[in-house]
Amino acid sequence: MAEKKRSTPQLDELEKGSWPSFVKEIKTAAEKNPMANDLLGQLERSYEDKISHWKHGGIVGVLGYGGGIIGRYSDLPEEFPNVSHFHTIRINQPAGWFYTSDVLRKLCDIWEKHGSGLTNMHGSTGDLVFLGTKTDELEPTFNELTDLGFDLGGSGSDVRTPSCCCGMARCEWACYDTMALTYFLTMHYQDELHRPAFPYKWKFKMSGCPNDCVAAIARSDMSIIGTWRDDIQVDEAAVTEYAKSGVDIQKDVVGNCPAKCMEWDGKKIKIDNKACVKCMHCINAMPKALAPGKDRGACILIGAKAPIVEGALLSSVLIPFIKLVPPYKELTDLVEKIHELWAENGKNRERVGEFIQRIGMGNFLEAIGVEPTPEMVAHPRENPYVFYEEYFEEDSEDNKNA
Amino acid sequence: MPEVQPKQKRKTDIGPPHYEKFLPPIIKENYGKWKYHEVLKPGVMVTVSETGARLYTVRAGSPRLLSIDKIRAYADLADKYCNGYLRFTSRHNVEFLLTDESKIDPLIRALDALGHPVGGMANSISSIVHTQGWVHCHSSATDASGVVKAVMDDLILYFTEMKLPAKLRIALACCLNMCGAVHCSDIAILGIHRRPPKVNRDRLKATCEIPSVVSACPTAAVRPVTVDGQPSVEVIEERCMFCANCFTVCPAMPINDPLNDGVSIWVGGKVSNARSEPMFSKLAIPFIPNNPPRWPEVVEAVRNLVEVWARNARKYERMGEWINRIGWPRFFEMTGIPFEKVHIDDFKHAGTTFKRSTHLTY
Repeated sequence: MAEKKRSTPQLDELEKGSWPSFVKEIKTAAEKNPMANDLLGQLERSYEDKISHWKHGGIVGVLGYGGGIIGRYSDLPEEFPNVSHFHTIRINQPAGWFYTSDVLRKLCDIWEKHGSGLTNMHGSTGDLVFLGTKTDELEPTFNELTDLGFDLGGSGSDVRTPSCCCGMARCEWACYDTMALTYFLTMHYQDELHRPAFPYKWKFKMSGCPNDCVAAIARSDMSIIGTWRDDIQVDEAAVTEYAKSGVDIQKDVVGNCPAKCMEWDGKKIKIDNKACVKCMHCINAMPKALAPGKDRGACILIGAKAPIVEGALLSSVLIPFIKLVPPYKELTDLVEKIHELWAENGKNRERVGEFIQRIGMGNFLEAIGVEPTPEMVAHPRENPYVFYEEYFEEDSEDNKNA
Repeated sequence: MPEVQPKQKRKTDIGPPHYEKFLPPIIKENYGKWKYHEVLKPGVMVTVSETGARLYTVRAGSPRLLSIDKIRAYADLADKYCNGYLRFTSRHNVEFLLTDESKIDPLIRALDALGHPVGGMANSISSIVHTQGWVHCHSSATDASGVVKAVMDDLILYFTEMKLPAKLRIALACCLNMCGAVHCSDIAILGIHRRPPKVNRDRLKATCEIPSVVSACPTAAVRPVTVDGQPSVEVIEERCMFCANCFTVCPAMPINDPLNDGVSIWVGGKVSNARSEPMFSKLAIPFIPNNPPRWPEVVEAVRNLVEVWARNARKYERMGEWINRIGWPRFFEMTGIPFEKVHIDDFKHAGTTFKRSTHLTY
């Protein structure tokens, strides 16, 4: 039985306007669900007080898992008893966020029974988020989820739920099978995903091409971005069609090429593929006429993160090109070497990008057995402060033999 | 001790369901065989296979926070128009996957009736990636959903039309933890704290490890001290830049504060490699106080940025590419945003952000 309707003059203002309203969503849930009703009340109070009324964290979980549940407690439990605990359940989404109506309804039925009836579709990392329930409901929810074939996602210092673009399922630019790799890595690292044992979080994100629709380069510790090594595929008839239809190929396509590797003589497009940096612009501009080459794979970059603790980082090139086909042994061998090194030597709350900055990229490469290559740097060092590890002595054996 | 009841074997570590279970037949048949795609009109795209098969995608905006009632309504639409197949995007949009072209317009009308606009493709503003805010986060310096709702109400025509020079990606994070890639967005709205944490000594003693609180601070502003014979910490306030990392590791360092919390706005980031390399967003507006329920000053500031860019950028030029071409002095002049001391970086490697040439416009 739902509680009495709350007065929410501030939130009511956010029901106005044409963009879909989250307040309407909470109110819909609140008609049937006391947790959602108290959430509405507490949120109205936050709007009055201009401050969050959630307490800091709290460790809760399901049996045998160290992650996947975010503990959340109200700091006004007397006034809003139904959200006195209001924990989030992160559910590992199917790769590419594809669903059927049938499975969505079953997920909704579970959440109607055990929680607030509110969700995020989806959280920033990619999980399907069940937003808010009581501690006692966690285990029953988990059991029903696993019966339906779902499992928890990551949280804390573990492998976070891997996520990817829709890749080959709906995109002609996918240079490798992002969904297959995401599923593989998710299954391969189930233990690391559910039981935090690292210095801090570790995110994998898979983008099928350099357009990077899941922002892998900005927010994943290991960013796996599809690319190709051979020539851009050109359909000359389709290029002509674009020109006829009014596309200014010289200005809009050739003129925007960062490598200046294209020429257009009014009839044919000429590409110096050796100079092409695979930026995707010309392909984005004329998708019917141009396509990535046939020798496809991915570039692996390492170390992206948001500002906390030492400042934001973009990922940087680690493996310029790799073929990504099952069983992905080369990739998992690399990941395991990195995990081992970082887990052993990383400081508490030090993402791998910050760890690399601290110990030096050169030392990092040496430790994981990857040869340094010029693709890894924007340019070589500008300062002469080199940490040489060895030097000659006047009377050393080396000198005598020289 | 209570007896452990025998029960059904508990399943663990099964991982997510395999995605193939949820793919429509047309995708299974054409997986990896797609030839090209074309945006037919706002929010509607066709992907064409080398076999000639045509998959239609209809994309609609969503508030991210969805009730199960709304998800069921999506499921009903999917059943009615596309055999029950749908997906969500990395920017919280919902997408319906159709094979029957004649059902596109009826679906759009049904989505409109449900209050979910169709759009967000090509040269538009797609849904705002955002965080939990006051709805569900303890460290938020602003609300997330409310600001997003107010901004998108104002910019909705840029979602439902495709009249911008390029795509524009807006993201909001309610504190510096930045759950989401707001640091590489065309426009980033970022909640910030501006008052140092207040040490709650009793709570600190009970709940926190002092060495981890001290080492959590990237500027060494948190120092161990002894107060009344008890170990505690103090905050050197002039060294604090309000990152809240100490609060994250220790609840006894609360930093939220209604008087000083608010919103900053950052511009010119991107994650795509198209044309220019990925870039971080840079500070445009250092601080706007929280003004719920509709944050009119934030809405106005974002609209101004969108419109100045839209009027002046060349075709395909993202916000950051436009600024790089015209230079920051002209950006501040054209947007009318005052340039202040805090715009100049003073954290690590700040020198690399100084202007180190005479390439200036007058």
